[in-house]
Amino acid sequence: MFSKIGLINFLLLYSGGEKGGLLDVNPGLIFWTIITFLILLFILKKTAWKPILQALKEREDNIRASLEKAEQARKEAEEILEKNRKNLSEAEEQVKKIIEEGREYASKLRNEIISRANVEAQKMLENAKQEIENKKQEALIELKGIVADLSIQAAEKILEETLDKEKHKKLVEKLIQNLPKG
Amino acid sequence: MIDSTTAIRDTVTSGENSSGSWIIEHIVDSNVLDFEPFGTIHLPSFEINLFGLSIHLSITKHVVFLWIAAILVAFFLIYTARSYKKSLIPRGIANLIEMIIQFIRDEIVTPTIGEKYIPSFLPFLGTVFFFILTCNLLGLLPYGATATSNISVTASLALLSFLMIQLAGMKKNGVIGYFKGLIPHGVPVFLLPIMFVVEVLGLFTKPFALMIRLFANMTAGHVVILALIGLIFILKTPFISPVSILFALFIYLLELLVALIQAYIFTMLSSLFIGMAIHQEH
Repeated sequence: MFSKIGLINFLLLYSGGEKGGLLDVNPGLIFWTIITFLILLFILKKTAWKPILQALKEREDNIRASLEKAEQARKEAEEILEKNRKNLSEAEEQVKKIIEEGREYASKLRNEIISRANVEAQKMLENAKQEIENKKQEALIELKGIVADLSIQAAEKILEETLDKEKHKKLVEKLIQNLPKG
Repeated sequence: MIDSTTAIRDTVTSGENSSGSWIIEHIVDSNVLDFEPFGTIHLPSFEINLFGLSIHLSITKHVVFLWIAAILVAFFLIYTARSYKKSLIPRGIANLIEMIIQFIRDEIVTPTIGEKYIPSFLPFLGTVFFFILTCNLLGLLPYGATATSNISVTASLALLSFLMIQLAGMKKNGVIGYFKGLIPHGVPVFLLPIMFVVEVLGLFTKPFALMIRLFANMTAGHVVILALIGLIFILKTPFISPVSILFALFIYLLELLVALIQAYIFTMLSSLFIGMAIHQEH
């Protein structure tokens, strides 16, 4: 309490002096302060505040728009990436399928070729056998003829004139027919 | 600080009143710009007679510093505005000023008044902030004087703030609507006259508090610094000077903070009161 009174005394003591105290209100100074402030406010309103606020707003809008654009671009890029990934996996699958198909086809073809070759070979073998058989028959027939002739000649030589040729032949043929078949 | 120390030495050693008058003399307004030891500038003094009342319109020390502050504020803000013409990216001092403006806009005006009122009130509040801040800081320079430690200056600023608050409220709610809105809802009828008087008194106490707060804060720090320096001469020993200087330096740094805080508080409260006048439903 004492200090408070002391402070008030301190303030009042020098407010009545010749030079003016702390709490003296000077109308001239009030006038000058208000005039100075109003002129400053007027000048700044025209020259500074408007452009500054406008520039701030403009830049903020700019930044906001840029951020939005960036976000959109990011989303688009992600979409594209996703699409690419999907495409890639699809393509991979397709490639796998194609390879599988090719392999299947190849193996089928191989099998077919092999089986066809087998058949062909079989056929050729068969043909060859047939041919051999045919040749054998032919040879046998020819051999028969030759044997008959030889036998006749031999018989002729042995019998000479005892038998005529016709009778002889008949006799040999009969003999041959009685021969075991081979 | 040099000028003050010489002044203190002169007054103290000459055996005059050593109870502190030299502190007050240093703080109050005068017609002299003291640049000791380089000399002094005597400012023109004149007065006009208006309806029999004589008003001193002298260009005093504080008027000079008000003008210096106004010129500095105008220079820096116009410089900032100009810098946007070159590019939207601020550089150097413009960056700092822009940061402060953004702070005023986003942390003071937007929450208290509202975003759509920014163009109408930010110029006033921003000018108040920069003007008070510059005045406060000028007082911390050597040979400087703190115009805001003069009660006439703070009274004028508070008066402008008061007018702004009332005009804002009346413009938004209408003159009658504004005075009706002063009384809170749900007050019993027999209390209405008392409430009205209380609320109207409240209108005046708000700027009065603004005036006293700024004046007292800006004066107190200087008084303390001067008293600490004066200790050397009062005790008549140089051995006290390290203590005095250390403490004075500490108070000086505190004053830097106070200069900023008081400018902020004046702006913040003005903004708050404008907001309250506009949005009366609270």
